[in-house]
Amino acid sequence: MIDAATKKLSLFNAWVAFGAFALACVFGMYQVLERSGLVSFIQSPAVYFASVSTHGVLMGFVLTTFFIMGFGYYTASASLKEPIWNMPLAWAGFGISLGGTVLAAIPLLLGKASVLYTFYPPVQANALFYIGATLLVVGSWFWCAIMIVMTVRWKKAHPGESVPLPMFATATNAILWLWTSAGVALEAVFLLLPWSLGLVETIDVGLARTLFAWTLHPIVYFWLIPAYTALYCYVPQAAGSKLFSDELARLAFLLILVFGLPIGFHHLYMDPEQAAGWKFLHMVGTFAVAVPTLLTGFTVIASLEMAGRKAGGKGLFGWIGALPWKNPMVLAAILSLLMLLLGGFGGIVNASYAMNAMVHNTAWVPGHFHLIFAGTTIIMYLALGYAIWPKLCGKALFSKELALVQLWSWFIGMVIMTTPWHVLGLLGQPRRISSVHYNSVLTLAWDPYELAMILGGLVLLASACLYVYILYKTQVEGVAAEATDDRAVDAPDTAAVPPWLNSFTVWNYLILALMVLSYGIPIAQFFFMKTYDPTAWGY
Amino acid sequence: MHIDILERKWLYVALGMVALFVAAIFFTAVVRGIHPPSHVETIDSASLHLSEEFAEDKLGVQPELLADGSVQVRLVAGRYGFYPREFEIPAQKTIRFRLASMDVLHGVHIPMTNMSTMVVPGFVSEITTVFPKPGEYPLLCNEYCGLGHDHMWSKMTVVAQENWHAPTTGGKQP
Repeated sequence: MIDAATKKLSLFNAWVAFGAFALACVFGMYQVLERSGLVSFIQSPAVYFASVSTHGVLMGFVLTTFFIMGFGYYTASASLKEPIWNMPLAWAGFGISLGGTVLAAIPLLLGKASVLYTFYPPVQANALFYIGATLLVVGSWFWCAIMIVMTVRWKKAHPGESVPLPMFATATNAILWLWTSAGVALEAVFLLLPWSLGLVETIDVGLARTLFAWTLHPIVYFWLIPAYTALYCYVPQAAGSKLFSDELARLAFLLILVFGLPIGFHHLYMDPEQAAGWKFLHMVGTFAVAVPTLLTGFTVIASLEMAGRKAGGKGLFGWIGALPWKNPMVLAAILSLLMLLLGGFGGIVNASYAMNAMVHNTAWVPGHFHLIFAGTTIIMYLALGYAIWPKLCGKALFSKELALVQLWSWFIGMVIMTTPWHVLGLLGQPRRISSVHYNSVLTLAWDPYELAMILGGLVLLASACLYVYILYKTQVEGVAAEATDDRAVDAPDTAAVPPWLNSFTVWNYLILALMVLSYGIPIAQFFFMKTYDPTAWGY
Repeated sequence: MHIDILERKWLYVALGMVALFVAAIFFTAVVRGIHPPSHVETIDSASLHLSEEFAEDKLGVQPELLADGSVQVRLVAGRYGFYPREFEIPAQKTIRFRLASMDVLHGVHIPMTNMSTMVVPGFVSEITTVFPKPGEYPLLCNEYCGLGHDHMWSKMTVVAQENWHAPTTGGKQP
């Protein structure tokens, strides 16, 4: 049973997350409409690129960071059965992150920070944007510290016991995020801030891009781990069985932590400032990190199959129909795995060392990551919202039927929107354009797909609004319900696991070694070769 | 540590799949020599116009073939175009592009081909490829470079080998 103070903290964090989510969906809708060129009075590259920047930052930084913090506080308190260690520190982190978000929002909305999600030096944003983004990350480090301290204290108090799986996953994520965010933090503190404040005149673009690549891939695992936590801890129980293997779940989280970190270079495949050998090395690492995802697919589907057979499903596929499709958590898991399957194949194309050239920076790429992030990951966040809101508010979920409609519409909208993007990518459409001005017959082939995107966007926006409506109704007008202790989910029983599956020390040293191996020379080269820094060019 | 027999089998399948993918890429990279553009070479983007290679009269398809018989094309990327804006090259012949940015980050992609590279200020991007079929191809900028980014494109014409003649000077393309 978690205390009132923790509930409040979790709710505040989660509301910022889902508020940002709904707002970002409005921007997204505008973008598909603008891009189609159908409505002449909204055509504006300035507004479009400001909108793309805001949409990316809200979804990728604000929604994710705040949701992960809110869900992490809930998980820590519920699974360890302890109040949050150092509540003032947690609120300070929340305040700093929120303050940073507001600071970054001002130049973003004024069009003074249209540098898109990856910052793009030497195109320069207003310094407030970099300061705000940095503060958002700094605030999240408070959360990391609290998660790690709580895990360490619990282990000291419970020698020989294994950390409950949800908390083990959360602690993994806190460690992962500290390692991950170091890259972009170094870029912001040593390159972007001094340069945008006018203290130095030039910026080393190659170094800046390499540091961002350090963050750019593992950040995906930071987003993904809460979704995997839902798949491992919530889904089997919601389907009516239990987790197939607790130890393999821990191994999957650790593999993500270790192999997820040193592989960011595949975002630089097409860049001239890194040599082919390093790209090849990172490619091998990228494929290695597919293993924990394949493992997760097996474990979760095996757990679902056990549930389906228990419910009377027969034959090779009969168990699928026997699953409780009307349970939001189970439905979300099925839809999430479907999108992971589709997005995963696209990802393998992107990750392929040479094949990447065909799709790099085309509409294929947003198609892929909307399936993986906005689909697979976010749909589990949505389901987690449905699962924890009643516990945080002490009220029953407003409407299960509406929740099912919302999850289905999110899935359908995402399929309608991402399929044309994949096709457009293969037809060569660049991803970051606001409209089509090329005087080439090729572009005629693009037109029909633009229309499908609008339909997908409309469905998604409606689905997002419905989601926020359901949460609001639950909290404000919901029927009070006794919150039950859900031990099976929050702190499932585990037999003692081997010590190396219950501690992070060894893994941190291994990560350090891998990071030095994979980034040592690629970063150091900018200091020992003669580079020429371009000057600032404004946004 | 306990691993279920089914899980163990699946682990082997998963590892096998990953090994197969990596082996396929290893084969094309090592045996066939197919790599992404990874030419670590720096250049001062602010003074391209004064440089040996990227001065205005040196751009475009080069009059001299390279030692291996391939055609060299030098381009400068700048807001908002690839300069020279039009050029003509032969089909079924190895083309080596050398590109540099004179201002911000750009990317170049010729749709439906594997000619793609980022053009990062401070570096020379080099990429070698072959275009099998004659026709008109657009070079599109695929990296956000400013508010005119949507308009940034240039035109490449690929002609049959027998109809193509090396230009007599660089930078004076049709």
